[in-house]
Amino acid sequence: MDGGTPTADMAEASTAGAEYLTFCLGNENYGVDILRVQEIRGYDAVTRLPAAPAFIKGVINLRGTIVPVVDMRIKFGLGEPVYDTFTVMVILNVASRVIGMVVDRVSDVVRLSPEEIRTTPEFGSGLDVRYVAGLAERDGQMLIVVDIEKLFKSQEMALFDSAVAQ
Amino acid sequence: MSIDLSRFHAGFFEESLEGLAVMEAGLLALEDGSADGETLHAIFRAAHSIKGGAGSFGFTRISQATHHLETLLDELRSGHREADASVLRVLYQSLDGVRAMIAAAQAGEPMPEAQIQAFEAALKAVLDPSATVKADSAVAPGARAESTSTGWNISFAPSSALLSTGNEPLLLMQALSELGTLSGEVHIPDDLHLPDLAPDDCRLSWRLRLETAANEAAVRDIFAWVEDCCVLTLSPIPDRVETPQPVTLTAKTQQVPPTAAADADHADPQSPARLPTASIRVGVDKVDVLINLVGELVITQAMLQQASSELDPAMFERLYAGLAQLERNTRALQASVLAVRMLPVGTVFSRFPRLVRDLADKFGKKVRLVLDGEGTELDKGMIERITDPLTHLLRNALDHGLETPAERLAAGKPEEGRLKLSARHASGAIVLEIEDDGRGLNRDRIVARALERGVISQPPATPAEIDQLIFEPGFSTAETVTDVSGRGVGMDVVRKNVLALGGRIDLSTTPGQGTRITVRLPLTLAILDGMSIAVGDEVFIVPIASVLESFLPGPEHLPPLGGNQCLVKVRERYLPLIRLSERFGLPSGVDGPGIAVVVEADGRRLALMVDALVGQQQVVIKSLEQNYQTVPGIAGATILGDGRVALILDVAQLASESALAVAA
Repeated sequence: MDGGTPTADMAEASTAGAEYLTFCLGNENYGVDILRVQEIRGYDAVTRLPAAPAFIKGVINLRGTIVPVVDMRIKFGLGEPVYDTFTVMVILNVASRVIGMVVDRVSDVVRLSPEEIRTTPEFGSGLDVRYVAGLAERDGQMLIVVDIEKLFKSQEMALFDSAVAQ
Repeated sequence: MSIDLSRFHAGFFEESLEGLAVMEAGLLALEDGSADGETLHAIFRAAHSIKGGAGSFGFTRISQATHHLETLLDELRSGHREADASVLRVLYQSLDGVRAMIAAAQAGEPMPEAQIQAFEAALKAVLDPSATVKADSAVAPGARAESTSTGWNISFAPSSALLSTGNEPLLLMQALSELGTLSGEVHIPDDLHLPDLAPDDCRLSWRLRLETAANEAAVRDIFAWVEDCCVLTLSPIPDRVETPQPVTLTAKTQQVPPTAAADADHADPQSPARLPTASIRVGVDKVDVLINLVGELVITQAMLQQASSELDPAMFERLYAGLAQLERNTRALQASVLAVRMLPVGTVFSRFPRLVRDLADKFGKKVRLVLDGEGTELDKGMIERITDPLTHLLRNALDHGLETPAERLAAGKPEEGRLKLSARHASGAIVLEIEDDGRGLNRDRIVARALERGVISQPPATPAEIDQLIFEPGFSTAETVTDVSGRGVGMDVVRKNVLALGGRIDLSTTPGQGTRITVRLPLTLAILDGMSIAVGDEVFIVPIASVLESFLPGPEHLPPLGGNQCLVKVRERYLPLIRLSERFGLPSGVDGPGIAVVVEADGRRLALMVDALVGQQQVVIKSLEQNYQTVPGIAGATILGDGRVALILDVAQLASESALAVAA
C-alpha cells in the first residue's frame, strides 16, 4: 500500500483531481494525499523511545505492528501539544512504512484539481517550504498541501535510518 | 504464446536442491551398504528431473552437464556397472558441480565453467570405456548382453487396466518401430468371448521382435508409462556368441517391488528416520503475517478477559464460559501457528554425513557419524543460523577430538571413531549435542596455550574453568593450522553465534574418552523469555537468558565515587552500573537507589539499575526497524498483555557501550 504509482496518481489528478485529507495545526490548515492515509484514530498511550527528538512521542501498538508517533504540533511549533480524548492521530502509509501523526483536528476531505494547487512562495509557516507541494484555497482559507513522503523521509524527521533516507 | 518462465525458476531451484540432497543421501547409503533396491532409482529420478527441469527452463548448460551424470546413473541402475569407489567419487564430484551450477543460476552469475568441465571430464572418463565396447562389434565374451545383441525379443502382455488408464498399445508399437525394424505377432486368448468383452479391457498380448542398435534402457523407456499395468519381458535376440540372460520386469499397479519391501523391513536401525514429506510450499512472509495476527488475537483476548473481570460472574455466566473457550482456542491456535515455522532439525543434519565423510577422508580418520532426533523441530530462522556453528563444532570434533586409526588402536579403542549428533527437546528448549569418543581436551596444553596467548594471566583453578578457555577469543590449540579448523576463528565465534540466538553452549570432556558439547537453544526466535522491569512509567524487557541475579543494593554496594555513581560492588567484584532512567532519559519513578539487575552478554557483566521488577513472561518479538529506525540499546519491541508496547533491551550493546564491563 503505497498509494498507487505516481503515474496513476497523475492520471487521476489530471482528470478529476486528487482527494486530500485536511487537518489543523494551530491556526493553519494542511492537506495530505488521502491515498497515504490508512486510518484515523484517537491518541493512545505511547511508549517513549530513548534518544528520540521531542516531537517523536514514542511507539504504539497498531494491531500488532509497532508504529512510531510524531506530534506535528511539536515539530512545527504550532498549537498546544495537549493530549485528551479529542486528540487525533492520522495513521499514514509512507514509503511502505506506517507512521502515526498527531494533529489538532482533522477537518475534511477535499478534492483539488492540479490547477487549484499553486506553487509555493517563501512563507513563514512551521513547515519548511521544501516539503510543501503547493498551496490551495478552500472556503476562503489557505490550505498547505504537504509532500508527506518527502517530509517523513527527511533527515530532520529522524524516522528513517540515515542509510534509508540517503 | 510466450510464457515468462522466470517465475517458475524459484521452484525449480528449490526442487533441484532437494533433488541433490536426495542424491547425496542415496550415494552415502550406497557407500555404507545400507542402500536398498529403491535407492538407485531415487538417485536416478532426482538427476533425471533436474535435467528435465533445467531443459524446460532454459538452463541448457545444466541440462547438458546433467545428461552424462544421468547416463552413468542409468548404467548403475540397470546393473551394467558397479558403484565402486571410483564411480562414487565421480558422482560426488558431479553432485557438487551441479549444485554449484544451480547456485550460479540462482544468483544469476556465470556458470563455474572450470568445475563443470572437470566433472564432465571425470564422468566421460568413467563412461568412455563402455562406449568403446559398444562401438566395437567384435566383443569379448562375457560382455553384457546389451553390447552384443542385434535387437530385442519383447513379450508384452498388458493387464486389463492398460486401456482404462488411457494408454494405447498402437502408439507403443509406433514408438518401437522408430528404434528399428519391428515385427511380431499378436496373441489372442482362446477364451475370448466377444459379446462379453468390455471395450476398455485389453486382452491381447504381443510377441515382438525389434531389430535395433538401441540398448535395453531405450526400449524400456518406451514402456515407462505402462510399466505398472503390463508384464514386460525383454530378451536380446541371441547372438552367435552370447547366451544372454533375459531380464524380466513384472510390475503391477500399486505394488511395491518385493525386494524393496523386504529391505525396508530389515533396514539398518541406524539409517536416518524418514522425514515426513507431504507438504505445501508457503512463503515465510505469509506465515509471519499469520503469527502476527494470532499474536494480536491473543492480546485482544487478554483485553476482553480484563474488561470482563469487573462483571458479575453470576449474571454473565455465558459470557464467562465463552471467554474461557476463547482463551483455550486462541492458545491452541497460537501454538499451532508457531509450529508452522518449525522445521525438523534433520534438514540441517542431512548435510553432515557428507561433510564428515569428506573430512574423515582428508584427515585419514575413520569415523561413523550417528544422527539422532532428526525429527526434533526448530524455528526455521534458527535452523538457518545454527548450521554454521554446528558445522564448525563437527569439524572441530573431527580435527581435534578424534584420533587417527593408529592412535585409537594404540589406546585400545575401536579403529573407527564415533561422532554423535543429536537433538532433543528439554524443558522448553532444544538441546543439540555433539559427542565424540576421541581423546578429550588436553587441559595442560589448553592452559599453556592460554597463558602463552595472554588469554589468562594465571592458571584457572578448576577443570571446568579450563574447559571454558577454548571459548575465549583468539584461542586455538591446533598444532597444525589446517584449512578446516584452527584458523583462530574458532569456538569463540561459535559461542557468540549461539548466544546471539539466545542460546547457551556447554562442554564436558573426559580425557581419553571423549568430549561432549551441548548447545541449548530457545524453541523459536519469535518468542523470548523475558523479565519485565519498570523504569518510571515504562516497562522494559530483559532477555532472561542474560539475567544473572538481581538485588537491592545498600550503601555498602555503592562505593562513594564523586559525581556519577557508576560502579556497584557485587561479591568482592566491582561491576559497571547503568542507570536505565539516565541512559534512556526517562524520569525515575522512585527516590531510592532502585534494584540492581546483574546481566551478562558477550562474556561481559554489568549491572542495570531499575525501579522495580515486574515479572517474568514470554514475549513475542516485534521489529522496531520496520516503521522506525534502530535505537541504540534496544533490540526490539513487544506488546504487553494490556496492549502497550514494551521495548526489549539489547544487553550486548549496553555492555559494549560500557567500556568498563567486566569480563565474566
